[in-house]
Amino acid sequence: MKLTHEQVLKIADLARLELSKAEVEKYAEQLSAILDHVEALNELNVNDIEPTAHAVSVPTPLRADVARQDEMLEKSLGNAPDREGPFFKVPKVLG
Amino acid sequence: MNYETIIGLEVHAQLLTQSKLFCSCSTEFGKVPNQNTCPVCLGLPGVLPVMNQRVAEFAVRAGLATQCTISPKSVFARKNYFYPDLPKGYQISQYELPICTHGQLLIENEGSKKIGITRIHIEEDAGKLLHEHPDHRSVESTWVDLNRAGVPLLEIVSEPDMRSPQEAVAYLKKLRMILVYLGVCDGNMEEGSLRCDANVSIRPQGETKFGTRTETKNLNSFRHIEKAILYETKRQSDVLAEGGRIIQETRLWDPDQEKTYSMRSKEEAHDYRYFPDPDLLPLLIENDWIEKIRRSLPELPDAKKERFIKDFQLPASEADILSSMKRLADFFEKAVSSYPQPRKISAWIINEYMRLIKADETKISSSLLKPEHVGITLKLVEEGKINGSMAKTVLAKVYETGESPQKIIEQEGLSQVSDEGALETLIDKVIAENPKEVERYKAGNDKLLAFFVGQVMKQTGGRAHPGKVNELVRKKLS
Amino acid sequence: MELFELTIHQLQDLLKNKKASSREITESVFKRIQSVENKVHAYVTLTEETALQQAKKADEKISKNGGAIHELPLLGIPIGIKDNFLTEGIKTTCASKILNNYIPPYNGTAVQKLIDAGMILVGKLNMDEFAMGSSNETSYFGVSRNPWDLERIPGGSSGGSAAAVAAGEGFASTGTDTGGSIRLPACLTNLVGIKPTYGRVSRYGVIAFASSLDQVGPLAKDVTDAALMLQTLAGYDPKDSTSLNLSVPDYKKVLGQSIKGWKIGIPKEYFIDGMDPEVAKSMQAAISVLKRLGAECRDVSLPHTNYGVPTYYILATAEASSNLARYDGIRFGYRNSETKNLVNLYKKSRSEGFGAEVKRRIMLGTYVLSAGYYDAYYLKAQKVRTLIRRDFEEIFKTCDVILTPVSPTPAWKMGEKMTDPLKMYLSDIFTININLAGLPAMSLPCGMTPSGLPIGIQLISKHFEEEKMLQAAYAYEQATEWHTRRAKL
Repeated sequence: MKLTHEQVLKIADLARLELSKAEVEKYAEQLSAILDHVEALNELNVNDIEPTAHAVSVPTPLRADVARQDEMLEKSLGNAPDREGPFFKVPKVLG
Repeated sequence: MNYETIIGLEVHAQLLTQSKLFCSCSTEFGKVPNQNTCPVCLGLPGVLPVMNQRVAEFAVRAGLATQCTISPKSVFARKNYFYPDLPKGYQISQYELPICTHGQLLIENEGSKKIGITRIHIEEDAGKLLHEHPDHRSVESTWVDLNRAGVPLLEIVSEPDMRSPQEAVAYLKKLRMILVYLGVCDGNMEEGSLRCDANVSIRPQGETKFGTRTETKNLNSFRHIEKAILYETKRQSDVLAEGGRIIQETRLWDPDQEKTYSMRSKEEAHDYRYFPDPDLLPLLIENDWIEKIRRSLPELPDAKKERFIKDFQLPASEADILSSMKRLADFFEKAVSSYPQPRKISAWIINEYMRLIKADETKISSSLLKPEHVGITLKLVEEGKINGSMAKTVLAKVYETGESPQKIIEQEGLSQVSDEGALETLIDKVIAENPKEVERYKAGNDKLLAFFVGQVMKQTGGRAHPGKVNELVRKKLS
Repeated sequence: MELFELTIHQLQDLLKNKKASSREITESVFKRIQSVENKVHAYVTLTEETALQQAKKADEKISKNGGAIHELPLLGIPIGIKDNFLTEGIKTTCASKILNNYIPPYNGTAVQKLIDAGMILVGKLNMDEFAMGSSNETSYFGVSRNPWDLERIPGGSSGGSAAAVAAGEGFASTGTDTGGSIRLPACLTNLVGIKPTYGRVSRYGVIAFASSLDQVGPLAKDVTDAALMLQTLAGYDPKDSTSLNLSVPDYKKVLGQSIKGWKIGIPKEYFIDGMDPEVAKSMQAAISVLKRLGAECRDVSLPHTNYGVPTYYILATAEASSNLARYDGIRFGYRNSETKNLVNLYKKSRSEGFGAEVKRRIMLGTYVLSAGYYDAYYLKAQKVRTLIRRDFEEIFKTCDVILTPVSPTPAWKMGEKMTDPLKMYLSDIFTININLAGLPAMSLPCGMTPSGLPIGIQLISKHFEEEKMLQAAYAYEQATEWHTRRAKL
């Protein structure tokens, strides 16, 4: 499975990554090699097999609807690189 | 070319739970920005979601009330995209296996019509972005408040069964009414706790294939929804008339310009890469629980309306209004139980009480005017203690002050003047002061009777017994 | 032996009998760190001051109440924590530039349990960036080295966790294992490493890599110590929806019980040509030991073994690409503050903050989930996962435990596999299927190459039957002396 440069750029964009020309080249090659290896899965007929999403098959636990104020709030917010008052700040969002 | 409009609505309802969907932060509106957050809804490293039981209950309630099939197993999925109001970089939602499917809703719009509901699913809300800081000017930044991030939502998707803006509004009104009835959502569209996006397409009359649809967002009132659908329908038919094609896209309704605008292509570029969320196991809903919830459902508006028509002999239009708000209906029934005159009570509620509460259901529970007051007051009219118009004044005062009707009548001296002697004196006065009108009346202008009665009423500050005044004036002028 | 060379259970005897204090033990560790850390580089952050304070408190507790050691299983014992475990107030970097300055507001559940058990925190251990790697060569803070041969890698991603314990810079450590990241480094450094059943230990407060595969576990010098650590770590956590509400047995109880009559499965797919001959030899020797202990070793088959690596690299990278989307510089972490454009904020912060391996995996994961590819890759991989799980379920119908090698080779040289990602991925070939099946497994020492490089065996049991593999591991260990060897630094 050979990935083109356009495909690599599209993936990088989706993942919000910026790649240099050299990186695009390198990743195209490496990802293609990995995908080639992954093609091995096509040797198997899995049409009637149920997918395993979780190693355990129990229902999701449910929590009572009780509100609590987080005690560590200031510490949680304190790691923000750019805060203004109580807000997080980002460059202007357009559209 | 005659086009038919096809409309489907996607409604997001914020749920009235105490805490968020996957963490215990409060869902209370209006707090200081980022106060109602914690590591989980902030999407900090290392956190994991734990589901709120009440959300499942509310989803089942909504599903049962709209005759959906409740899925015994539903799965949470991640919807991946980057936006500053989405802290984890993905929204936890439901994709392939939603909690409810195949429901319907009955609307009244020139006859009854069933509108299908494709699915109802659970998802978390995003935070809020402020493009202008509340306190100062800056054009370079956007401010992020994540209080709303993680608040539980139900997304309710209709089948594309609506054919006119009126049908769409009728559907939304009905859906909203049901959600408010169930106590799962407060239905407030201005505040954004009920949001609606409209999918609109057109096709030539008689065509069975669907045309390309657009999605219009930012519709925060029934009026705007109607206008936006009309606009979009016209826009699309204009495009086709010019030989163009409809582009499948998301558009934004501008309420000031009253137009829809195409949103930037970021919407088309979105590849959400849905996959089942590995941090959450499937949501299993057992039959016992569904039945328990079913038994706890309140009587829904349609059933209530039918019952009001049948048991209280109310006309359909009145039953419709009374049943449109659960608390109003409860108020009505309580008043009737203490004073079994449903027609009179219904009339007063619709003409007077609705005005007092400004048609706002939330005012009813805190209303100082209680259902018993209505009965008491109307009984006083029956007994001749006050007249009908004074009753309205009295009840308005009760609403304001919470004082009993009797006290108000006493304090304000509103009791009915029925004494014939006193009335005759006043009538004589009015007759003496209005000789021209007396002449015209005697000349055959019967309508002027009302004038004389009105003048007498004025003299008594509205308290005269209208029937008696009418009789006496007739006698005097015959 | 020096204090820093002992095991936890040996230290507990000394503490109980007042032959050593926690202060002495802790000082011994920090002295050792001073002497070898510049060569080994196991730690990202050291917390010497608070460690000595904690040691002082521990000694006070012990002198006031002799029974304290029984109530608090790790009282006074210096332990290292892998740097993807959140520690309140202490920098937690995940060995990445993007979290270079991150101070967590809370302790993860696993960390809290260890603190509640009385541990002394030595510091935060180096690892592969975001736990992605098998050699500890992708850390933003530089490589960690194998104390048995400083030119070689210690394994990864819990490389620092292994190097520290093997070098005497801590008596045990925590690691995480997604595709072998506890078992491989433990094997390459002559330690015992346990990956518990998926759901046995809480993941809350551990920075997520691949949510359906990650598990927390201990690295220690012998089975007794590892069992003690596991005992403390295991248990239901309501904050982790994937942790299971099952009681934790007393793992100590099985240590020393006979494995006579046990059936041990030896899967033929794990004994391949191309395996290092020393590893092959050690495996045969281990099988002989087990036979002497009375176990029956039978050939079995796990037919879908070779599909494990491709399956893993679809599922793990897909989940990781989503888990790492939150690193955007808005609420925490590295941010490129020069850009005035939102999209660039994301792109530059992430591209400058993440290393190459992380970016590679994010892109692979993004690709396999992208429109049109979900069925071909992700869904298919989930189905193959079912087949792999069933392979194991079949074997466990007739076997008590399964025995395999951990690594096809002993520790390799620095840089040897870095240029070929695929080559690196294939080092996980013996460990990876266990994560896909969610089974518990552990590696323990079983031999040395002539040049003194450790070799390990892997024991695997059924879901939530950690006792079985511990019982077999202990029996094997006590019949050999590999676990008593220490690296000469």
